[in-house]
Amino acid sequence: MSDKNSPQAPSQNPHVRAGPRHRLPVRLWHWFNLWCLIVLLMSGLQIFNAHPALYWGSVSTFDDPWLEMYAIRTPAGDIEGITALGSWQFETTGVLGYSRVAGQPAVRGFPEWSTLPGYQHLSMGRLWHFFFAWLFAISGALFVIYALFSGHLKRDLWPAGREWRGLGRDILNHLKCRFHDHAGKYNSLQKLSYAGVIFVALPLMILTGLCMSPTFNAVAPWLLDLFGGRQSARSLHFIVATLLVLFVIVHVLLVLLTHPLRQLRGMITGRAPVGSDARRRHQDSEPSHE
Amino acid sequence: MSERNEDGLSRRALLQRAALGAAALGLSGCDRLSQNDALLNLLGGAQALNMTAQRLLAGDALAIEYPASMISPVFRPNGSTDPQTDLYRGYLANDFTDWRLEIGGLVDNPLSLSLAEIRAMPARTQITRHDCVEGWSVIGQWTGPVLGDVLARAGVQPQARYVVFHCMDQLNGRNFYYESIDMVAARHPQTLLAHSLNGEAVPVANGAPLRLRVERQLGYKMAKYLHGITLVEHFDDIQGGKGGYWEDRGYTWYAGI
Repeated sequence: MSDKNSPQAPSQNPHVRAGPRHRLPVRLWHWFNLWCLIVLLMSGLQIFNAHPALYWGSVSTFDDPWLEMYAIRTPAGDIEGITALGSWQFETTGVLGYSRVAGQPAVRGFPEWSTLPGYQHLSMGRLWHFFFAWLFAISGALFVIYALFSGHLKRDLWPAGREWRGLGRDILNHLKCRFHDHAGKYNSLQKLSYAGVIFVALPLMILTGLCMSPTFNAVAPWLLDLFGGRQSARSLHFIVATLLVLFVIVHVLLVLLTHPLRQLRGMITGRAPVGSDARRRHQDSEPSHE
Repeated sequence: MSERNEDGLSRRALLQRAALGAAALGLSGCDRLSQNDALLNLLGGAQALNMTAQRLLAGDALAIEYPASMISPVFRPNGSTDPQTDLYRGYLANDFTDWRLEIGGLVDNPLSLSLAEIRAMPARTQITRHDCVEGWSVIGQWTGPVLGDVLARAGVQPQARYVVFHCMDQLNGRNFYYESIDMVAARHPQTLLAHSLNGEAVPVANGAPLRLRVERQLGYKMAKYLHGITLVEHFDDIQGGKGGYWEDRGYTWYAGI
């Protein structure tokens, strides 16, 4: 193999710089989108807290949400935060249902540190959410157009025929915490998860979000039907947001497990030096692949 | 020292106190940002975009209407549910027989309509979904004259840009609830002055004797306990100047999303 992006490529000079690992539009959008998603998540939790309960269908059946956060007073007189998922109830005091805001205990869905603003302020949460929703939607649309027309989708994100067949082995390797670096390219699981996030999850966030708008419902009633009604759209918006949070956690964990500094530098500068640091870490962590 | 300077000082002192308060509360960076007026104006700019984009997409499209089988067993009330103002208690005491809806401002023929007269007008009945800004929804059947027809009777003058709704309830014990919509929303065929909910007179909790329905917007636009409608060119001089009770308290004037 002679790809100069590859850590396996022999290099006598530790300061030799590899070619671009990520192109500029990818890097710009990656970090801009991260910023948007953080604000959207935190302001979204602020909005959720105004009515911390989720339903299926068109309307709220207030007696049986499928997910609800609330507080109860125990027979002993203590107040406990409860998260109810269907018929299961979990005590989540301090985090969900009942937690401190500015030092004072309060009945609320998600805790102060996770919402924007931290204190209960629905109208402010909405201002942040819609402003960043526009930034997110416009930058996302531009990136999707770039991915389609620059070949990024075809070249880097869509698994080739043989990769589909190797998917099972790739999953097994991931489960064994063996992470290849395919000569600077994404492996098939990476490709699937990135493509899934970019072309399925993020557009779903926009569409389910729009379907909570009564005016947009008048524009596209068929889309609301597709999601199963406004309260279903709200539930799906929440579920896909949760999946995105899980994606980010796994994504960051995998970066930490596979040359975090080199990867971070690659996503910031676009170039990753094939330096002694990267080589040593590579050899330490993945002897089985050398 | 001039009055202006005194104002400046007291304002600065207030700001300092607010800053100290914020620090004492241990507000995060974003919380402090949320108290910055310039930033709020910037964030609020998305409201204009929302409205422009949605008006462009939606045109006159009708809000979804549902079958009777989907009517919610209870139409959850919110905000005022049992107004305590003398004004309202007085009318409620004799079942709104002496209540009148006054329509004035920039109109050729100011109207004063009794509940009986409003009930006798040609009405539209629609089963629609009500979306609260908090996130929940209920479905109900509303009956009442189309606002556009009532306004046509009053003869709206060309310079009128907004319809302001004056209510008989106070949420905080001081300010009467009010709302405003523009002529596009006011002339939408589903915008009603509803006197009936699910075939019965609108209950007190839901806005008796008359409430507004603006079906493509959120619940807080749909003023309850109506007693006056004025047509105006601008609403800067009404209460907080933002066009509604909740708008004066930070909510966006356009509530289509």
